[in-house]
Amino acid sequence: MSGMRHEFRVTVGPVGFRIGSDWAGPLDAMRRLYSGYPAPGIPDFTVRLAAQRPWRRFIRPSVMIGGDFMLPDAAPMALAHGLLAAEMGMNLQMALGQRRHLLLHASAVERDGRALLMTGLSGAGKSTLSALLGERGWRFMGDEFALLDPESGLVHPFPRMVSLKNEAIGQFGGVVDPARLGPVMTGTPKGTIRHLRPPDDAIARMAEPAEPALLLFPRFGHDPAVREIGEAEIFVRLTQASTNYVALGETGFTALTRLIETVPCRALDYADTDTAVDMVETLWGELA
Amino acid sequence: MGREFVSASKVFHADEPGRRIVKRLPDGVTLIFHRPSGLTHILGSPAPELLEALGEGAADIDMLIERLSRDHDLGDAGEARAALAARLAELETAGLVWRA
Repeated sequence: MSGMRHEFRVTVGPVGFRIGSDWAGPLDAMRRLYSGYPAPGIPDFTVRLAAQRPWRRFIRPSVMIGGDFMLPDAAPMALAHGLLAAEMGMNLQMALGQRRHLLLHASAVERDGRALLMTGLSGAGKSTLSALLGERGWRFMGDEFALLDPESGLVHPFPRMVSLKNEAIGQFGGVVDPARLGPVMTGTPKGTIRHLRPPDDAIARMAEPAEPALLLFPRFGHDPAVREIGEAEIFVRLTQASTNYVALGETGFTALTRLIETVPCRALDYADTDTAVDMVETLWGELA
Repeated sequence: MGREFVSASKVFHADEPGRRIVKRLPDGVTLIFHRPSGLTHILGSPAPELLEALGEGAADIDMLIERLSRDHDLGDAGEARAALAARLAELETAGLVWRA
């Protein structure tokens, strides 16, 4: 971490992060939102928020995301969006570096030790739905990544800050304790973003895995409908939802085929989130 | 770039069965993890059956028809032969079958 003036360490689920920054601001915001999360001894991943060039700090502060893995398009962002840059850096390290688990771009909630997984394209609503269910009696496990343990077949939580985007932000204002909400960041590459701290029990139980019991592919913006999907299509969709399926080789194949052979799956179209929550409860009662 | 030469051999080979993991899904599709390459293949019938038949040893298409006929009704011989030749060519392209 040479050259990093500020540092913050946080454990999310089974993964330890060290976030270094040239500026205190983004880390102060993280410390507030992640208060109560354990700090790792030896971090698995390092994220660096560095000044793009020293002189830029005096002209227009901008953040360059770096770390153990870097992508060419990890573009500089305005310092005002430092919190988002840190989150993107954490996602990047997870997506490229995770080796212990099959990583699925999926949200997850739990009830009675059993997990509901929701995966889909960006904008499908998996993040919003998981956060809403987390406020309505389910244990929130994560809004972005579900970590499938190839040995046990269990899903491990990754309860990072929920990244609420655009219209989803309004659904939580006035519903949750304002202390759980981060600053509103407008004009980011993903639109308007506001972070939501997961419920306390989600944080307290972040080391507690659950057995997958239902897999849903939600799709926002359509008339309500539930469809069965063929196993081959489920398999293909899940390989696409995993950033490290190829890297894990045979281990990933075995983990993924076991998941689709044991867990019922449906596609779920919905037009509004309240209807979606009702549909989820019905499907859970019928299938899980 | 593909290989420049065209093999004249009519004998097909496949890796021994232990070099792949085969999962038959309820919807009839077969997933194959090919250990030597680390690639995952999604196959429909009769491709998995052809690989299984080649697991008994290298064979030309007549031998394969004979092996497959033990457990499957292949129907019209001419159509079956054309269909199997086409599937074998696809398996060659996928790297699961080769001729030598």
